[in-house]
Amino acid sequence: MKAFEYAAPRSEEEALELLAPEPGTSEVLAGGTDLLGLMKKMIVTPSRVVSLSRVASLKRIDADSQGMRIGAMVTLDDLLAHPATAKYPALEQALRGFGSLQMQSQGTLGGELCQRPRCWYFRGGHGLLAERGRAVAEGDNRFHAIFDNAGPAKFVSPSRVAPALVALGATLRVIGPEPGDETQMPLELLYRTPKDERQREHDLLPNQVVAQIVLPAADGRRSAAYEVHHGAGGQDDPIVSAAASLTMHGNIVADARIVLGQVAPTPWTSHEAIRAIVGAPVDQRTAEAAGEAAVSVAAPLSHNQFKVQLAKVAVKRALLKAAGLQTGGLA
Amino acid sequence: MSNVEKHAHGKSGFSRRSFLKGSGAAAAATALAGGQGIAGAEEASRVVGPGMSKITLVVNGQSHKVDVEPRMTLLEALRYGAGLTGAKPISGDGSSGGSTVLIDGKPASASALLAMDCEGKKITTSESLAGDKLDPVAGAFVNHDASQCGFCTPGFVVAVKAFLAKNPKATEEEIRAGLNGNLCRCGTYGNIIPAVLDVVKGAGNG
Amino acid sequence: MVEYTWPDRKDSSVLGGSHDKVDGPAKCTGTAKYSYDITPPKTALARALGCPHAHCKIKSIDTAPAEKVAGVVHARALKKPGDEIEWQGELIAVVVGETEGAVAEGLAAIKADYEPLDVFVNEEDLDAAEAAGRARKGPGKVQLENEPGDDEDEDAFEEKEIARLFREAAAVVEGRYGIRAITHMCLEPHGSTCDWQDGKLTAHLSTQNVSGTPGQFGGPLGITADDVTVHCDYIGGGFGSKFAADSWGVLAATLSKDLNRPVKLMLDRDTELKIAGARPSGFADVKVGANSEGVITIWDSHHWSTGGMGGGSLSQDVMPYVIVPPNFRRRTTNVRTNTGPTRAWRAPNHPQGCALSQTAIDDVAAKLGMDSYELFRRNLVNVPEERRKLYEEEMKIAAKLMDWKAKWHPHGKGPKDGSVVSGLGMAIHTWRGGGHPSSCRVKIHPDGGVEAFLGSQDLGTGTRTVIATVLAETFGLPVDAVKVNIGSSKYPPSGPSGGSTTVGGVAESSRHAGLDALAQLNEKVAAKLGAKAQDLVAKDGRISDKNNADKGLSWKEACGLLGMNPLEVTSRGAPGRDSKLSSSGVGGVQMAEVAVDRETGVVRMKKFVAVQDMGLVVNRKTAESQILGAMIMGIAFSLFEERIMDAKSGAFLNAEIADYKLPRLGDVGELVVEIYEPEEERARGVIGLGEPPVIGPGAAISNAVANALGVRVPVLPMTPKQVLDTLKARGA
Repeated sequence: MKAFEYAAPRSEEEALELLAPEPGTSEVLAGGTDLLGLMKKMIVTPSRVVSLSRVASLKRIDADSQGMRIGAMVTLDDLLAHPATAKYPALEQALRGFGSLQMQSQGTLGGELCQRPRCWYFRGGHGLLAERGRAVAEGDNRFHAIFDNAGPAKFVSPSRVAPALVALGATLRVIGPEPGDETQMPLELLYRTPKDERQREHDLLPNQVVAQIVLPAADGRRSAAYEVHHGAGGQDDPIVSAAASLTMHGNIVADARIVLGQVAPTPWTSHEAIRAIVGAPVDQRTAEAAGEAAVSVAAPLSHNQFKVQLAKVAVKRALLKAAGLQTGGLA
Repeated sequence: MSNVEKHAHGKSGFSRRSFLKGSGAAAAATALAGGQGIAGAEEASRVVGPGMSKITLVVNGQSHKVDVEPRMTLLEALRYGAGLTGAKPISGDGSSGGSTVLIDGKPASASALLAMDCEGKKITTSESLAGDKLDPVAGAFVNHDASQCGFCTPGFVVAVKAFLAKNPKATEEEIRAGLNGNLCRCGTYGNIIPAVLDVVKGAGNG
Repeated sequence: MVEYTWPDRKDSSVLGGSHDKVDGPAKCTGTAKYSYDITPPKTALARALGCPHAHCKIKSIDTAPAEKVAGVVHARALKKPGDEIEWQGELIAVVVGETEGAVAEGLAAIKADYEPLDVFVNEEDLDAAEAAGRARKGPGKVQLENEPGDDEDEDAFEEKEIARLFREAAAVVEGRYGIRAITHMCLEPHGSTCDWQDGKLTAHLSTQNVSGTPGQFGGPLGITADDVTVHCDYIGGGFGSKFAADSWGVLAATLSKDLNRPVKLMLDRDTELKIAGARPSGFADVKVGANSEGVITIWDSHHWSTGGMGGGSLSQDVMPYVIVPPNFRRRTTNVRTNTGPTRAWRAPNHPQGCALSQTAIDDVAAKLGMDSYELFRRNLVNVPEERRKLYEEEMKIAAKLMDWKAKWHPHGKGPKDGSVVSGLGMAIHTWRGGGHPSSCRVKIHPDGGVEAFLGSQDLGTGTRTVIATVLAETFGLPVDAVKVNIGSSKYPPSGPSGGSTTVGGVAESSRHAGLDALAQLNEKVAAKLGAKAQDLVAKDGRISDKNNADKGLSWKEACGLLGMNPLEVTSRGAPGRDSKLSSSGVGGVQMAEVAVDRETGVVRMKKFVAVQDMGLVVNRKTAESQILGAMIMGIAFSLFEERIMDAKSGAFLNAEIADYKLPRLGDVGELVVEIYEPEEERARGVIGLGEPPVIGPGAAISNAVANALGVRVPVLPMTPKQVLDTLKARGA
């Protein structure tokens, strides 16, 4: 790691003050499982690291009839253990999916949502958009994007929780860049597909910090998350995941949100799948059709055709699971 | 392309910029905690490094004064500062579980923690399981020959301790689902599963 | 005259029993010290910079900026302008500093300039390799029962005869099969902590070769091997990649000498994967013919693979593997790729040979609609005669443990649970093993204490426990009464731990030394008791007359006869044809049951059975662990791991643990191990076990997947991508 200054504020205000002096040269440290690895590789070289580990307000979970407000520094296992989380099956399932105890108890929700892409060209030091996308396009892109990959960004959004949270209608409370600044935004707007190397995949200003994740009341929505993993334990990154959240009128889907993970530079809301399932009951046939619809706009790269199939299956199974039906397949 | 549609599909077509404009001031938490550790009233004193400072780490109930730079991981501080080498450097990002320790009772990868973040916390390493009476989990590992080269084993044993603290009655299925944060190359998983089951059954306590 | 034999099964006290590893508690609590863990006072940390390019000329390297970084003690270039680099990760510079952070920053500060050269890394594509001038014809062999007529052209006859044999075959299968390159991925990377003091070197080296490495340090440092001590109490994985001091080991020693302080240099994880050992890939075009009974009559294959730039491709000798029909032709091509050099990887060549040929043979079963078990059984006529019965017996046992008969269904015709199908597959293998040269020093103290000293090492097999068990058996003591010292080159030499030769080697030498020492002790005991020395037996903590059990002394009393000084005996083992203690050559049968999700391409292990012979079992518990471990490593290369190279740049893309997929605890399914040790096998003595069970998994698991899907997934590892791409290509 490059040498840096360290600060461990006790409050959100103080965190912003400590981040302030030179915007863009500081990094906010949450659980450490992603950032420190990148810093060791000199992919990220901040001159100041502001650790949020001692900011108590960021570790709170508040839950009431309005919903849940989850501090960004809440660990994944603390969130999983919270009784209110059970009201959001998609979230609960996404959290339970981590087969690594260490990752669950060290990783934080904010860190999980803001982790950097796993793209091996990025991690190999070639930049997020390595060679304006050519490195990926002409290289080994088996794990890269099948949607929204026409531009230079071909990495995939790595978050395992974001698809569920987006499907559940989560919003963020973001603080900064200056002390006192605060804003609310839908979670999906945190993510963007960068157009050049100056942009990150997170649409935050330097020194803006995700402070809280807010979930609206579950309101009887049915939801589920489904991940396709190479290994059985869920420790490794999913190859593809999908989350679905449904409002039912009788047995008919009145409203749906279907969000895929690891298929595009951002969590990918599939409007095609949503259109296919809204107004229909959820069964094998309609779920399959929604999966087909989801991938009707897929544009696989040279090595990741198989992810199209996986995306189709993930959508189908997430819908079946949300509807309380058997997903079939290997867990 | 549906990406364009995506933003239009947002709740009411707002952009995040409009939200930014509408941002209100947060409840100002100006009372800064001072005195302890690195937090002080002045920014200068709230920021440490990039050079060395002395911190105290409480490991296995013992205090260790160690010189650390901000960029030092807990793993480096344990191995070179406290002389405790049970936690192993296998991956730099915690993906192997080789550096697993307990922080306030919870499992974490020492390679993915800054030492300074661990000041004031209770750190437990695999070495705490040794001694006159071998810890039951370590004992079950020995009894089931759940180590080969042994390099991953201390991290694994610590992870199992944490797992069983949370799941004392774990079934075989739960064991297979819950202990995937640790990597073994020699292939000891086949012995670890019965070892953990033995501890669950209490047989490892003998 | 001492007779070097093992006691009968019924007379054995601890030999063949199940014993905890004597160093188990140290390993399981993290108190065992590996080379990485040894940090003498004033140790400086060193890290080497790997070249980012796979093929280039160095134009310049400037390490001066590194030396300006706070905390950096020293930096030097390891290559000079004009030097050619042929694979990514080759070491080009080194930085020494006080902390890991300082060293990392120093490495990042080094300025280097390169002239890129042509890169080729994709050996799977033979046409591309040929076009790039990277393919070279390798050795081959033709064996035909019939001979050409006196004036017949040999080549023409060969073609004609092979064509005839295929024409007459009842079933012919043609296909392309493959197994990708993998790395050793030792969890403790290669490296050492070297401590130069007063013209002498102590190298705490992570090595499989304690006794053989001192000379590799001595020469480059201008000293002789007697001034070098290589020390390695524990090694965090080797698998065949840690036999040498390596350039970076010598570098650490040189730096220690130059800087006059201990220097620790362990490879970074990605560098470890890039340069410190890989197993060659293997790809093959196979055509195989069988008669209507399913017996293979003709084999014709051409395989190609890469050993990197330096050779070491897949040997021709393993094609076809074990099942060798009377008529065969095999050809090979070696492909040079800009990838790190290969090193011996557990059972070199055999896992690839097995995976490339016993898959093709299983496809004959599919073609004939035959039960794979039956096809393998009938083809035992094509295995060496001396092992036919062994395989047949092991197959019966394995089939029973797998419940093969009840579970079997013809290829692709099993019951479907939605998108999930299940299947069975099997494979058979062989390995030589045997004992390596080894000497053992045994010291018996007058108070009864027993120590052993060997310049051996413990890869994880439980070397200490094997030695302790042998000596405990020899002296009639419990296993924990023997203190075993290994891991220093100052102890009597033992061979490198490779090829499954360690247990045979150290069992030989410790049995020899133990019996030699006991003979001397027995002389004293005999005199004391008025018995004949050759009538004395050491058992249950006593040395007594076999004709009169009351006539005896406790072990401690017996040792008291030694007087003031301990008895010390050093003996060499004598493995070889005449040895009754060790032998070589094993079989082994494995059967896998998998479930495959046709929609996701995910393959899960349901059950995996290994039946393995190994001659005489010294310690049942650690032997079973070896087999389990090998099965899991086999699951790894069958379903998970592969070296992924960037075709354009030659970069090793997945050289980090998060990206280099390996099975985790939840991925292994049910594992069943059966050690096959009937009297006739036990009578052969110790053979060795590390390699054989790692050979069969590729073919067994691939055959199970083929049985489940009704389609061969031709290339290992069978990742979801590989499975789905195959299903799509075959329109299945």
